[in-house]
Amino acid sequence: MIKINIQPEDFDVTSEIKSLRCRAIGAIATFSGIVRENSDSKSLISLTLEHYPGMSEKALDKIARQAMQEWPIESVRIIHRIGRLTPEDNIVFVGCASAHRHAAFDGCRFIMDFLKTDAPFWKAEETKQGTAWVSQRETDTSAKQGWLSGKK
Amino acid sequence: MRIYYFAWVRDHIGYSQEDIHCPETVKTISQLAAFLSQQSAGHAKAFDDLNAVRAAINQEFVNSDKSVKDTDEIAFFPPVTGG
Repeated sequence: MIKINIQPEDFDVTSEIKSLRCRAIGAIATFSGIVRENSDSKSLISLTLEHYPGMSEKALDKIARQAMQEWPIESVRIIHRIGRLTPEDNIVFVGCASAHRHAAFDGCRFIMDFLKTDAPFWKAEETKQGTAWVSQRETDTSAKQGWLSGKK
Repeated sequence: MRIYYFAWVRDHIGYSQEDIHCPETVKTISQLAAFLSQQSAGHAKAFDDLNAVRAAINQEFVNSDKSVKDTDEIAFFPPVTGG
């Protein structure tokens, strides 16, 4: 089962983990992305997240399906927040539920690595110096390339 | 065709979508970007460095040599930075 939400509202990690539980599940791996105050030594005031409505849901669904084809994963939960967020706010949640831990860990990491490069979201950072769009990180594209070349 | 712009591509152009009727010479994403860049100073700035712009056709990422047709939903945006 795949459940995806793109929303301005906050989410509760505990209740999301609870929603992934069932009798067939022995392992749930989760990732929580949180807005960090310091970025490149500048002090962040806020992040504003925008997305391509329609395409972002499809892109996340495709990534989740790829993970479920690669590993025996029962359920995937993805939540990505949009709008204005401030330091310590939740920004993204990925949960992967499986019978065993390896599929849950690998699936969760795979989904996050592909979310960074293959889902149409953009961040603008507000600092004292003004607001600027964030550039894509080389480490994000190389993380995805690692999966594609078999370096897991 | 309907064209959507996101993030700084939209900021340069000044609006988030437009309907364009392209000349028949526009057959690919890169030809469309070249055509659009002549529409205004903002468009020119948005498409100044084509290596910095990504595109989607009908909500799928595509390369710049991909064919476009009048009924397509096109989008131009910077490399993604979610998560």
